[in-house]
Amino acid sequence: MPLLAANRFKGKLIVVEGIDGSGKSTQISLLSHWLRSQGFAVAFSEWNSSPLVRETTRRGKKKAMFTPTTFSLIHATDFADRTERYIVPLMKAGAIVCADRYAFTAYARDVARGVSRRWVRNLYRFATRPNLSFYFRVPLDVAIGRILGGRDAIKYYEAGMDMQLSRDVEESFRIFQGRILDEYEAMAEEVGFHIVDATLSIEKQQRQMREIVIRELGDSLKNGVLRMEPGEMHAIETASAVL
Amino acid sequence: MQLKPPLQFYNEFLPGINCEELHGKLIVIEGPDAVGRSTQVAKLRQWLEQEGHAVLDTGMARGALAGKGIKQAKEGNTLGPITMTLYYTTDFADRLENQIVPALRAGFVVLTDRYIFSIMARAIARGEDRRWIEQVTGFGLVPHAVYYLRADVRHLVSRVVLGRGAFDFWESGMDIRFGDNMFDSFVKYQTKLIRALDVMAKKYAFITVDATRPSDAIFRDLQEHISNLEIKRIRNTPWINATVRARESNGAKRRAKS
Repeated sequence: MPLLAANRFKGKLIVVEGIDGSGKSTQISLLSHWLRSQGFAVAFSEWNSSPLVRETTRRGKKKAMFTPTTFSLIHATDFADRTERYIVPLMKAGAIVCADRYAFTAYARDVARGVSRRWVRNLYRFATRPNLSFYFRVPLDVAIGRILGGRDAIKYYEAGMDMQLSRDVEESFRIFQGRILDEYEAMAEEVGFHIVDATLSIEKQQRQMREIVIRELGDSLKNGVLRMEPGEMHAIETASAVL
Repeated sequence: MQLKPPLQFYNEFLPGINCEELHGKLIVIEGPDAVGRSTQVAKLRQWLEQEGHAVLDTGMARGALAGKGIKQAKEGNTLGPITMTLYYTTDFADRLENQIVPALRAGFVVLTDRYIFSIMARAIARGEDRRWIEQVTGFGLVPHAVYYLRADVRHLVSRVVLGRGAFDFWESGMDIRFGDNMFDSFVKYQTKLIRALDVMAKKYAFITVDATRPSDAIFRDLQEHISNLEIKRIRNTPWINATVRARESNGAKRRAKS
């Protein structure tokens, strides 16, 4: 029995998942630009980005007030807001919604923090099942190398410092991301991930993604999904909202 | 009042909380809007403190983490029903872990104005899935007593009109617009809330108190019940799952041995 209800809207939902440094954000951004260039109405939704919840999350992080349970719940609240106000109405209207992280991030991350698997799966039961879920599989060391090379500091909760895994931020980050990776791998079959080898070149990964989109959604994209006629494309500003 | 451990969770253990350490008493006052809960909480607090008990009183959206955010969200016009449910649940979890549990550890009497049951009732009244919300809030501790102040909608309406003199947007469920004006919406929404609480009354062993009577009479009832709480501990609520029962009987065996 699938956990999430199937997408019954005109539009489509494509999500990317993977640990920090897996390159998923780059890939979903490339994919959404490509879909837009094909004339589709594309909307983009990012994890932890609801303006309604932002202040609370910021307060909690700044003062280190979160427990595993409240951390999980505030992210679910954020997700619910984006779902109710943005993702569902746009899918109803026939848009392709691209999400950088989805409920599966909570399945992995909250469980890595010690929240019960069953509870967190129930918590997100209001979410629509994506039409496509890509999982960017990457060895821990490669991902960590990318993160440490690209940014100056890993944040407290990102590193799982709230769990006192280690006093050293990098070491804590490594242990925590390792646990998240294990959870992703364990759920791959359950949630039907399309697995992408995230050690390949950016171009190769993107080609694979597009092939999968065409193969899996090709025909259904012709019916119902909002699309501009090629002639109209220059007339209308194609910039889209990002939430 | 002799205070005895342990309390237990409904169907989900919270990481990092050992129920054996919780020596206080957890008392819940539930009921629909405007039924007079806060008056009773204030009276009970005064009385319990005179009796020498340390009292913590808490209620919805009063947590340090999410209280402010909820108030702000309610001032806007974009708060959806699932989002609202989860925001309140976030606040509840924050208060449970950071106020209620520490107070119970220290042997306080915790008086709470509303509990998971109001969160559930509001969700159910808005058409959300009952099993979903029951499981989401399943990390709540089973209280020693839940007093359900019950009144019919007519009584609530008269309390609102005679008391505050105006209907409140959220108490009227105007986010869903159950009617085309505040009065009609209030009546429909509060009827749904009362129905949802009535259903829970059996399942969660509420002690139903007729709240259409004068507040002193209600208070005397509550006093009498609470004085007897020591022997009237709620055990074996049908809700508690097998793991909890197993844990309980293991604990009982251990206690028997020692």
